[in-house]
Amino acid sequence: MSTDTSSPLGDPGSNGRSVESLETVAIRFAGDSGDGMQLTGTQFTSTTAIVGNDLATLPDYPAEIRAPAGTLAGVSGFQVQFGSSDIYTPGDRPDVLVAMNPAALKANLKDLEPGAMIFVNSDAFDARSCEKVDLPPTVLGDGTLDAFRVFEVQFTTLTRGALEGSDLTTREKDRCKNFLALGLMYYCFSRPLEHTEKWLDQKFAKKPDMAEANKLVLRAGFNYGVTTEAFAVSYKVPPASIAPGVYRQVTGNTATAMGFVAAAQLAKSDLFLGSYPITPASDILHELSKYKRFGVRTFQAEDEIAAVASAIGAAFGGNIAITTTSGPGLALKGEAIGLAIMTELPLVIVDVQRGGPSTGLPTKTEQSDLLQAMYGRNGEAPMPVIAAATPADCFDMAIEAVRIATKYMTPVMLLTDGYIANGAEPWKVPDVASLPDLTVHFRTEVEGFQSYDRNPVTLARPWVRAGTPGLEHRIGGLEKADGSGTVSYDPDNHEHMNRIRAEKVARIAADIPDAEVIGDDHGDVLIVGWGGTYGALRAATALLRRKGHKVSFMHLRHINPMPGNVERMLKSFRTVIAAELNLGQLRHLLRERYLVDVKGLNKIQGQPFKISEIVKKIEAVLETPSQEAVL
Amino acid sequence: MTAVTVAPNPVKLTRSDFKTEQEVRWCPGCGDYAILAQFQKLFPTLGLPREQFAVISGIGCSSRFPYYMNTYGFHTIHGRAPAVATGLKIMHPEMQVWVITGDGDGLSIGGNHLIHALRRNIDLKIVLFNNQIYGLTKGQYSPTSEFGKRTKSSPFGSVDTPFQPLSVALGAEGGFVARAADREQKHLGEVLDAAAHFKGAAFTEIYQNCPIFNDGAFAPLTEKGQKEANVIFVEHGKPLLFNGGTQGIIFEDFRPKIVNVEEVGIDKICVHREDGPLGYHLALARMHAPEFPTALGIIRRVERPSYDEMVNAQVQTEIEKKGRGDLHDLLNSGHMWTVGA
Repeated sequence: MSTDTSSPLGDPGSNGRSVESLETVAIRFAGDSGDGMQLTGTQFTSTTAIVGNDLATLPDYPAEIRAPAGTLAGVSGFQVQFGSSDIYTPGDRPDVLVAMNPAALKANLKDLEPGAMIFVNSDAFDARSCEKVDLPPTVLGDGTLDAFRVFEVQFTTLTRGALEGSDLTTREKDRCKNFLALGLMYYCFSRPLEHTEKWLDQKFAKKPDMAEANKLVLRAGFNYGVTTEAFAVSYKVPPASIAPGVYRQVTGNTATAMGFVAAAQLAKSDLFLGSYPITPASDILHELSKYKRFGVRTFQAEDEIAAVASAIGAAFGGNIAITTTSGPGLALKGEAIGLAIMTELPLVIVDVQRGGPSTGLPTKTEQSDLLQAMYGRNGEAPMPVIAAATPADCFDMAIEAVRIATKYMTPVMLLTDGYIANGAEPWKVPDVASLPDLTVHFRTEVEGFQSYDRNPVTLARPWVRAGTPGLEHRIGGLEKADGSGTVSYDPDNHEHMNRIRAEKVARIAADIPDAEVIGDDHGDVLIVGWGGTYGALRAATALLRRKGHKVSFMHLRHINPMPGNVERMLKSFRTVIAAELNLGQLRHLLRERYLVDVKGLNKIQGQPFKISEIVKKIEAVLETPSQEAVL
Repeated sequence: MTAVTVAPNPVKLTRSDFKTEQEVRWCPGCGDYAILAQFQKLFPTLGLPREQFAVISGIGCSSRFPYYMNTYGFHTIHGRAPAVATGLKIMHPEMQVWVITGDGDGLSIGGNHLIHALRRNIDLKIVLFNNQIYGLTKGQYSPTSEFGKRTKSSPFGSVDTPFQPLSVALGAEGGFVARAADREQKHLGEVLDAAAHFKGAAFTEIYQNCPIFNDGAFAPLTEKGQKEANVIFVEHGKPLLFNGGTQGIIFEDFRPKIVNVEEVGIDKICVHREDGPLGYHLALARMHAPEFPTALGIIRRVERPSYDEMVNAQVQTEIEKKGRGDLHDLLNSGHMWTVGA
């Protein structure tokens, strides 16, 4: 929690208590996976956006739908960082922990700095529940938590009290207790209740008694803060200076889905999604299956292979065709992606990366599919690979993927990850008129048609909508003669076609923007990142630069081919460090491609980078002559 | 049994319109030639312009098929043709989409896609060339090879129990399930014509001789002097008769039984119904020579709404109800707020 030094502390609050002003706060809501923590966090986030703070969120939930109640495996968390300045990450360590039970306390304690605030549901700290997670039943009073500011609140008792006289069953009443926690947080951080109240009215339009109960409990939580002397101070976080405009909250998966709907409209074509449910990519399927009004057809296939294969069939028909998956699914799609490369059809494959290998950590984030995306196919099978940097960037990158795919007649891999897919951030809604024109020019002219005739600039072959009169032709996985497109076993043609396929992808480099650089174009350390680590790396770089270090940051959204400024940047710094959530996959690509001795800053714990750990490691590099030792 | 008629079209096409310049490269004597000939004969009669046909295949000898049909064609990857065809058909419900597969392609590596295409009832005409052997990889046993078959990969005899393709299709909720043989050309043409006119997933198994690796596998069903006793041509509303009408099939204790027509009388012979109970269709499909005559013809034909039709109807209904989606409205939805200047 950083204090805004420019504001005077201790404004008198309405109840005569002091209100402290803070620059940033990170709150983590934690409870059983059935406690509604994701919902509580989302509501807090929505309200926080409305009051004008910048923010970033991190849902962290177990892979099991309902792990046994009260166990560590069942703890579900939602972290949101908000502030009056730019926020790039959900925060390294929460300043505030709301723990609905002993398991939630135990699971999160290690992440707290001394001085952090902990709100516990003291009703849940009975001997049995404590024993389940190996905590002494006396944990709340025995000094274990002395380093923290602990607020014991009887969430369950207060909830039941607020609902005295209600017709709800005790079980139903208890399920409202997350709103008590939410109301209390609204008090502590000076947020209005209106937005959540409105949301409850809509959500429970058909069950007004449930809406009323939750609203009562929400207010009870807020009022508890107002009236209880335990809370001598409440906090305010002034609005951030955000560019004026219309904003909405968006998760990466929602932004990805909307990006494809937009791309299909911009291409004046219909969108087809072939997909098989897989965590953490399924939300894209859920989202797109709502958009029938936009002509979107979603096909929930029998498996990952059918999902990509159906998309290839749709692409053959002349449609914007996509398939969405995560790492294990991508492994299954490899052969079919090769078919799309061979038949030179536009197709977008979205890989929402998660912890691997094999089933790995389905709900946790990782960047370990980069080399699979680059190379995970038989034969020489080059394809463009791009990666979204933030939740909102998923929108732009979905459009970019379609642009490249249709312009160059190639499958395109769009990499996101569990962190940005589920994380949310405020998004300044773009003006539709400002979006690029992606109009596709289908071949209709019969005269002189050859299926592998190429555009001399892009090397793209013509795209024919199946059903076009006079252009009946056959394509397939066998090698084709360049030009005519007939099956060819000619040795020279095969080499020629391999080189053409590589050249086609390489030429895209001239058609993409330079990689974003934060800082100077030369210096001591260049941090190179890609994908969803953007926020943490950018924030860490800013911090290091404020301390006077000659550190710059270059972020890659296009990975194959790489932007034109990459080589120059890599060669303008004393040390280059590729920071990524894997064991060095971008590092491998950079070294191989540019013959620069790139170092690695790697983490593979299923969790995003913390700003502090990046700063610490980079500072060690700056201070240590032998840099290998610290990385 | 209201077969949906293919839209009448003035286009006059001939067999040669559907031939391609690609040299046909199956082994001499391969049953695939006869099947190709029937397709090229059938397509011009269906009233559709050439561009409204798509022929999609997987991998195997049979899967070279699209290269020889002058339509839109896609030679995809092993086993996946029904999935590729599904994507095309959903987006192009107006096209007639044929899937060409074999016993290895359709029932081994691609078994999953086959059964799901059938249960969803996607309007695909799926034709499975069954030669009971892997031809393209030069002679290993296939999922329809008989138990005990000695091949390169089963020198001591295969211990695999084979699939019966029609049992699979019926079990997978196939609405149109038929069987034909490469040598019975006229009959083959009629069955394919019925498949073409069926609205929904149509599954046709064709017994196809592989002269190189499994020659004569179907000889008892196709050779004069043998086939009369070994084959029964089933037709809707007609009694199950074979051997020149001298023998017939009755059901006793739920089981088929061969009887002499003269002894029991023609009225006792079971009359084939394409819309009959599934158990009957299974029993019929599972009769095999030499114990029983093998049934050729349309075993089952029951229509229900097709998947592609329903998907597109949902899209239409949504657009009619709420209007075509507007991108600006989509982006400006959900939880929004304005930040002032």
